[in-house]
Amino acid sequence: MTEVRLLSTTAILGYGFPEDSLKRGMARNPHLIGADAGSVDPGPYYLGSGKSFASPRAIKRDLQLMLRASAETGVPVAISTAGGAGGAPHLEATAELAREIAREDKLDFKMALIGSEQDKAFLARKAAEGKTRALAGLPALGGETIERATRIVGLMGPEPYMAALDAGAQVIIGGRSTDPAPWAAAVIRAGLGQAEAWYAGKMLECGAEPALPKKEDCLFVTVTEGGVECEPTNPIRRCTPMSVANFALHENSSPVRHVEPGGVLDTTDCIFEAVSDRAVRISGMRWEPSDRLTIKLEGVELVGYRAVAICATRDPVLIATIDPYLVRVREIVAEKTSAFGIAAADYELVIRVYGRDGVMGALEPYKGPLGHELCFVIEAICPTQEQASAVIAIARTTMLHSDFPGRLCKEGNMAIPFSPSDLEAGAMYRFSVFHTVEVDTPTEMFPIRYEKV
Amino acid sequence: MASIASIAQVCKSKNAGPFFFTIDVVFEKKEMFERVRSTNVLNAQLFADLYKVDLADVQFTIYPAALAFKATVPRRIPAGEIGDSDVYGAQQHAPLLAVDIPINDLN
Repeated sequence: MTEVRLLSTTAILGYGFPEDSLKRGMARNPHLIGADAGSVDPGPYYLGSGKSFASPRAIKRDLQLMLRASAETGVPVAISTAGGAGGAPHLEATAELAREIAREDKLDFKMALIGSEQDKAFLARKAAEGKTRALAGLPALGGETIERATRIVGLMGPEPYMAALDAGAQVIIGGRSTDPAPWAAAVIRAGLGQAEAWYAGKMLECGAEPALPKKEDCLFVTVTEGGVECEPTNPIRRCTPMSVANFALHENSSPVRHVEPGGVLDTTDCIFEAVSDRAVRISGMRWEPSDRLTIKLEGVELVGYRAVAICATRDPVLIATIDPYLVRVREIVAEKTSAFGIAAADYELVIRVYGRDGVMGALEPYKGPLGHELCFVIEAICPTQEQASAVIAIARTTMLHSDFPGRLCKEGNMAIPFSPSDLEAGAMYRFSVFHTVEVDTPTEMFPIRYEKV
Repeated sequence: MASIASIAQVCKSKNAGPFFFTIDVVFEKKEMFERVRSTNVLNAQLFADLYKVDLADVQFTIYPAALAFKATVPRRIPAGEIGDSDVYGAQQHAPLLAVDIPINDLN
């Protein structure tokens, strides 16, 4: 095949897109319709809890339009990193939405579910064989880290998607995937080059993000030998050489070297040419295959349970003495919690001061005078929710009522914006696994189940 | 002198995975990009200082295709870890906005 046409509907399945944009894209006869459905960006909670950061209602809306378009035309649909984080519950939740849509719309299709959640024994064996490597300065992957992890996923490349397409799947729901994977799969499968395939995937992974003005929308990419052409399907948006070049900066540590399973996409010498006032052709990308095939792992472990309270002061006397006040609050909280059986060592109490350094923390360069009000977001993290809620209740009342020098506001130091004053935030996770594992084949960690829907 | 806030088209930050922030400064016109580049103020050491990390841990790239300077630095607190204040890493560009570039004539 000399040309592969790909339609990405939105940045994340569930973020939405105009229905007309999908129609315009379908009119150009794409070979694959897809959307990425996950990201590591919203933090560790979603992988840990098995929940998605997009709502099922929003995901269903986007998926339904894509499945209908697919049913009308026979063009396969690929959803990658299903359900936000790509674990087994995420995959199942997305599959269940697809089944529900099929029932409602009387559609039938062959569905492929590609798993990416990893077996702990498999990973422990790989770690023992010295076939894992830590990223980002983390400790080497040991048995204990693997055991403690709530959930670990591997980031698949294009090969499992290629296998599902080969098997004639009309709808592919993939677990955790490197973002360009399904797109690269369609291009490589058609016999075009790896460099073009990966670059096309990079362009499509966030929908119309490489176009202006920015908003969740559809992007159409045409891949030919030696080049990739991008055009948003919504006529109000356009790609310019600069908007497309700029997208190489997005979420990458380097704009010119993109490490992927099986190699590196080098974009140092890319050329961006406008082919119309709305479309851009990119050429000059290179693919450097690596000598070892590695798969990236992401895993999280439970830290504890969190409770949160939000309050604010408008009192200039307190603002002027806020640091010693917060020290005193911590002392009183420790004293009171130990009286009911929770030692200071049993909790983490974080007090963020918005209006001072709530965003930058220790990196805040501004050392000037504080504003006329300050907001405090207080959180307690404990081994159980009951403990966290007990600590936050004491911390909130201590913030509200403790004395300070020159105090005039003797009925209360804080404005508390709602009742109940404290919020139970539930389980809290941390990223504990961020490693690579060496494998023999690019598909061995990603089993595919087929289902007639 | 001209602050980055007054001459850049884009100055933004974002996660590059859970353990790194990436910070981009993009200019609208090639001429301004080249002038800023020639001052050499935007370099790896600047980012090491602003984000209090070792120079060796800063990945700094000048990317002329997008008229951009990019730095990636390790997070002091990983995304979502206890004490993290910016899970998406989208508000870590602020210290850069005030950086002065020795340019007087802005035309």
